Amino acid sequence: MFETFFPILLLVVFATLLAILLVTFSILFGRRTKLGKKGESYECGIDPVGSTKDPVPVKFYLIAILFIIFDLEVVFLYPWAVISRKLGLFGFIEMLVFVVILLVGYFYILSRGALKWD
Amino acid sequence: MIDITAAGLDFSLIAPEIALLVAAFIILLTGYVRGLSNLSFTIAFIGLVVGIALSVGQWGQQASGFYGMVTCDNFGVAFKVMFASITLLVLLLGTRYMKSRGILKPEYYALLLISTMGMMVMANTTDLVVMFLGLEIMSIPLYVLAGFARRSLESNESGLKYFIMGSFASAFLLMGIAFIFGASGTTELRRIVADIGFIIDHHRIFLYTGVTLILVGFGFKVAAVPFHSWVPDVYQGAPTPVTAFFSVGPKAAGFAVLLRIFLFGFAGLAFLSSVFWVLAVLTMTIGNVLALRQKNVKRLLAYSSIAHAGYILVALAVGGENAISAAVFYLVAYAVFNLGGFAVVTLLETRSGCKSDFVELPGLSKAHPYLSAVLALFMFALSGFPPTVGFFGKFYLFAAAVKANFIWLTVIGVMNSFLSVYYYLRVIKASYIDPSEKSWAPVTYSPAMLVVLFITVIGTLGLGLFPQQLLQFAREAIFAFL
Repeated sequence: MFETFFPILLLVVFATLLAILLVTFSILFGRRTKLGKKGESYECGIDPVGSTKDPVPVKFYLIAILFIIFDLEVVFLYPWAVISRKLGLFGFIEMLVFVVILLVGYFYILSRGALKWD
Repeated sequence: MIDITAAGLDFSLIAPEIALLVAAFIILLTGYVRGLSNLSFTIAFIGLVVGIALSVGQWGQQASGFYGMVTCDNFGVAFKVMFASITLLVLLLGTRYMKSRGILKPEYYALLLISTMGMMVMANTTDLVVMFLGLEIMSIPLYVLAGFARRSLESNESGLKYFIMGSFASAFLLMGIAFIFGASGTTELRRIVADIGFIIDHHRIFLYTGVTLILVGFGFKVAAVPFHSWVPDVYQGAPTPVTAFFSVGPKAAGFAVLLRIFLFGFAGLAFLSSVFWVLAVLTMTIGNVLALRQKNVKRLLAYSSIAHAGYILVALAVGGENAISAAVFYLVAYAVFNLGGFAVVTLLETRSGCKSDFVELPGLSKAHPYLSAVLALFMFALSGFPPTVGFFGKFYLFAAAVKANFIWLTVIGVMNSFLSVYYYLRVIKASYIDPSEKSWAPVTYSPAMLVVLFITVIGTLGLGLFPQQLLQFAREAIFAFL
């Protein structure tokens, strides 16, 4: 029981220590400003107060969607990586097919200029 | 845990799907390369022909692979050939139209191919999860295709409506599959069939909930009443070749899966027959009644496609070998004459500004006697007049229903057929009898369109004169089904 969960305990202790450490450091060495933007709630860079109907470049949306696709690709790569030894060459080729399929999509995106910002 | 090795994967079982996918990829990669962008049509054409050839090669095979995820039998193969042929015809009939509207892009071909591949995946399995996967591969390109005319408001409306309704339906379907999995511990239909008695005894509520949700999900896809509300707007707004594809492709795929799930997987549930009885009557009647007052040919065909879904639902209510082969017969016949009807509409709409309202039809018979004769032929086929194949489609369906003692269902079906004659004849009346003031712009036939009209006319009349061949084919298709 203890042996099984010891790494997790270690992780919890480490995470707590790190958090305490970072906050202490920032209290000790950080510069303090209490005015302006710092007082606002954090909204990923968007103004938290004001009209919600501000026009946002549609490119953000496009990039976000493309990001999701390649992000999910990595999600599928992880479980394969865990048992890649066991799956051997066959698993490698299967994964290669998967990546090539997404690569086709990537080249299509490039040829359509979807990643050009200007 | 299953130990997955290459030995369990037989790629010949999914060769047609791979062919279509590779063709779609090549189109996406070469579509915007200068000098190669004109090849898209050729690549799509070759991909589909190869897909059909590979599917035909699987005929007669009874095999299962990918650890039970893929099942190759005549039923699936028949539908795969049908899907690819439908797409081929849509490809031929639509190119000129899409070009005239300035929306002939490589993506059009690629999306059609990927959607067709999804249909093939649906027909080629007995596993519910793989069916869902195929359904999504089919549907997502369709959402894009519906909104393919980006500058047209109607097309945008069509795409958005189809997307929202379609994904809503998918959620129902997935929930249903989850319930079935909860009840039976498997998503594989053959294992469900083997255990059905035990599941009914022990997990009745889960099973019934799951079955109902699955029915709702596919009810949306085949446009059965009361899940039909999206059909008219989506059909009217989408580019006409895409509408032609909608009206036959996804419907056939939906019915292929419905037949498999409900007449094979859950054949042991007696109450389903009465559920389908009600659905069939509602779908036929409401589709036909709403079609009566339409003023636009595309909308009329949309409601008519709802009504035809109702006729095929009769087969699901009846069940048994005769009904299933009749349903396959009907789907093939419907694909032929409905694509023919849409080919004529596409041809008319290629002239700028035409929206195929009834008021635009008068004068057609004088200006283009052959075209209006062909249009009339397809309308007769849709309403089920002999000697067209439409008559035999309905005849076999209702004969199967009578044989299984579904007298009232047959009576209602036949009455509906008579009702439908009225609105199909209105199209003929508009093009032949109504007086016309304006002169008709010339209609230009592209060679591809002539090929489509030729095939569909020959199919409608030929199969109508020799229905036995097609029926024999349908019987063989379901040979290993039950």
